[in-house]
Parts: sequence; C-alpha cells; structure tokens
Amino acid sequence: MSAAGYVPPEVPSRPLWLLAELTYACPLQCPYCSNPLDYTAVREELDTETWKRVLREARAMGAAQLGLSGGEPATRTDLEEIVAEARRLGYYTNLITSGLGLDAARIERLHAAGLDHIQVSFQASTEELNNHLAGTDAFRHKLEIARAVKAAGYPMVLCFVLHRDNTDSMDAILTLAAQLGADYVELATTQYYGWAWVNRDRLLPTREQLVRAEAVAHRWQADMKGRMKIYYVVPDYFEDRPKACMNGWGKVFLTVAPDGTALPCHSARELPGLSFPNVRDHSVEWIWKDSPGFNRFRGYGWMKEPCRSCDEKEKDFGGCRCQAFLLTGAPENADPVCSKSPEHGRVLSAIEQAAATPSERPLVFRNPRSVRRLHGEA
Amino acid sequence: MSGARLRIAPGYRLQWEPAQSCHVLLYPEGMVQLNPSAAAVLELCDGSLDADGIVAALEAKYPGADLAADVRQFLEVADERGWLRSA
Ligand code: SF4
Ligand code: SF4
Repeated sequence: MSAAGYVPPEVPSRPLWLLAELTYACPLQCPYCSNPLDYTAVREELDTETWKRVLREARAMGAAQLGLSGGEPATRTDLEEIVAEARRLGYYTNLITSGLGLDAARIERLHAAGLDHIQVSFQASTEELNNHLAGTDAFRHKLEIARAVKAAGYPMVLCFVLHRDNTDSMDAILTLAAQLGADYVELATTQYYGWAWVNRDRLLPTREQLVRAEAVAHRWQADMKGRMKIYYVVPDYFEDRPKACMNGWGKVFLTVAPDGTALPCHSARELPGLSFPNVRDHSVEWIWKDSPGFNRFRGYGWMKEPCRSCDEKEKDFGGCRCQAFLLTGAPENADPVCSKSPEHGRVLSAIEQAAATPSERPLVFRNPRSVRRLHGEA
Repeated sequence: MSGARLRIAPGYRLQWEPAQSCHVLLYPEGMVQLNPSAAAVLELCDGSLDADGIVAALEAKYPGADLAADVRQFLEVADERGWLRSA
C-alpha cells in the first residue's frame, strides 16, 4: 500500500446532503450560534439565480437532501422560489428555522411550493428564559408557528439546543412539547464552535446536570412511546469516543455559506491554512472532486497517531477536524474527545473550567456589538 | 394492518435516484437506499391495494415466483419503521 501521502478514498463519495445557508441575517442572538464570529463581514449573499444553479449542479451529482438554514432562512424573500426550484429538481427540502419571519400564510405558500419538512428551534420552555437566550422577544411567536406548521399538515418537529442554563428544565421543555402536540423533539446538544466556543465556559453543563437530564429524557421517551419521538444525545465532551463528524470529510456533506463559500462542514471556515472554493468561481463538481479544501481530510492518509493505526478509524474518521483544531491547535490531530488522544486531558479540563465558572458571568450574544468587541479585543 | 389499503406515510417520498442507480425513500433529514425488490413493493403502496393485493400484483408481474412470505415480511418491517400508513 502507499507509504505516505494522500490516498484517494476507495468509496465513490457524493454530496448526498446539501446544506444551503441562505443568509447570516437573523433577528435572534443565540449565544451558541454556529455562525462565524465575524458573520457581519460577510456582506454579499448569493442571489436567487446562483442558488438555483448550485441546486441544479449538486442535484446532478446526486444530492437528494437539502437543508435550508442560516441565519434565519425566512429572512430571504426568495425562499419560496428557492424551495419551488429545489422541489422541481427532486430534492427533499428541509427548512430549519427559528420561526421568525414566518406566519401561517407564508407556511401555506412554502407548502404549496413543495416544502417537505419544517423544524422549528426553541431556546427554552419559558418565555423569560427563551427570550433571554434568544436576545429578543420571540417565544409567543414560536408557539404560534409550531402550531401553524402542524395545521399545514406537517409533523411538528421542535429542536431545543441544550446547555447549562436550560438542561435542568428538560422536564418543562418536554412538557411544553407534549402540550403543543409535537411529533418529534430533538434535544440537541450545543456544539462548541463559533459563538458557543466563545461562551463555552458558561454553556458546558456539568456531569451531574447530564445524569439528571438523561434520566428525564429516558423517562419521557418511555412515556411518550408511539406519540412523540424524542431524540437525545449526550454532548460529546462527556464521551470517550468522538462523533463520526459529517460521516467523514467530503464524503456525503456539502455546505454552501451565504457568500457562496463551499465547505465540508459548516464550521470548517475556522480551520487555519485551508482555503475553500466559492461557488461563484467554480462548479460544484470541481469543488467536490478536485478542490484542495475538500480533499484535505478525505480518506485516512492524512491521519497521525493514534488514529493512523487505530482499528476504530472507519467508525469515527478520527472525529471532528474543527474540534481537533480548537482544542489541540492542529486540525490533523485526533479529536481530543477520544480517550486514546494524548490531549484528551484538554477536554476534561474544559469541563472542570466550565464547572468553576459562575453562572452570573454574562453570555456573549451573537450580535454586531459582540462582533466588534471580539475583534477589537484581539 | 391486514386488509387495510397501504400507502407511503406522509413526509416520506419514494423516488428513483439516477446518481445512485437505485430507488430511495426520503424522509426528514434522512434517506434509505432500497434494493429493487423493496422498491417494487413500495411502488405498489399507493393507497389502492392491501397486502394481499400487493402480493397478487407482484406475482402477476413475476409469474412462478412465490413471493407472499417475503413481501409480507418486508411490509411488516416497513410498517415498523413508520414508512407506511393505512389509506
Ligand atoms: S442559532 Fe440563533 S442566532 Fe444563530 S442563526 Fe440560529 S436562531 Fe439565529
Ligand atoms: S484514536 Fe482516532 S480513530 Fe481511533 S477511536 Fe480515537 S479518534 Fe477514532
């Protein structure tokens, strides 16, 4: 076999999943937002026609699932047009929304355009905490939108992003979901990139919180069996094997950011020394097959020890490149969530450091003022 | 579900994928690739036939094959996974 260097992967990979981040504009200010810390510097969004071309090209390569997200995708006035084109091309279209920018009439229009699925995100189960975390008055509107989604004939799919400040309210969250008549509830764990990375010490839950939350989730899963499906995963910082990030770099997942930058995962922009192509300059086919950015961590040839000789590498692909970079300084290291990583201690000390951080410490909200402050400080 | 006419559950879509050269079942944020026999069964789940009708239609299409047991077993699995509804 090849002694060194990049070995192209054996499996033919295709971008089965296209995530179209239509915009970074968003009326909310979630402190765990995965958008880049300098999202305000991204000025020019792709226009409708360019999005349509991206949809066509990715579809021709096999993309079948389309996620429409952001920012808040509903701030795009051409959302209906983009959905209609996607559906015409044969995509299964998923709208990932905070509910802001939608009302019952617009949901009907999206439905008529062929939208397949809507997921509404909530910040918490009470108006006060939800609005605090969202940085705006959004709770009542979200309740209305959740009901309107169901009234339009869709399953009601709610997503709550969990962290230290709302993990203890798991019971209240699930009570709210059940009262609303939710069909699916995703209890998503905060992913520590972007704004969540800045707020990590304030957002990481404690082990005790997780033990309690897990018990609550399991009880509800049993009680609601057949009525409301509840997805709950333990945050990976508390595991000893990393998640199979994106099912492998450049294997099935393609993100296109609002300005047209194509990424193997939505946080990959943060990685140093890599440049990612833009759909304005290149075809999706070239980007996927030939661009250096998408080939950088394909397959296994780039791996260092302990991943290189590890018999689990086909299961997790060495974990997340962004997490490896953020925690160890080098994206080609093993994801330090892995207990085989020599730097696993960094994850453990992050948990300790967070536990020692008082809850009174203010959160950094995702808004232009914070962007200026973060970049001014540097 | 015996006797009921079957159709693909709302939110699920059966479709041919040229790039993968197979039928797939698409659903919220997910996709399963289907082998040709699974696709042949699901294509008949259009709300007009019950399980017996589906077996009969397939046996008419592939004469000589004894498909009943396999088809019923597949329909059960498909139902368990939430792919089917009674029309
Ligand atoms: S995480 Fe919050 S702030 Fe970020 S895009 Fe989503 S709703 Fe907007
Ligand atoms: S050493 Fe690397 S490949 Fe092995 S389990 Fe850990 S992260 Fe995965």
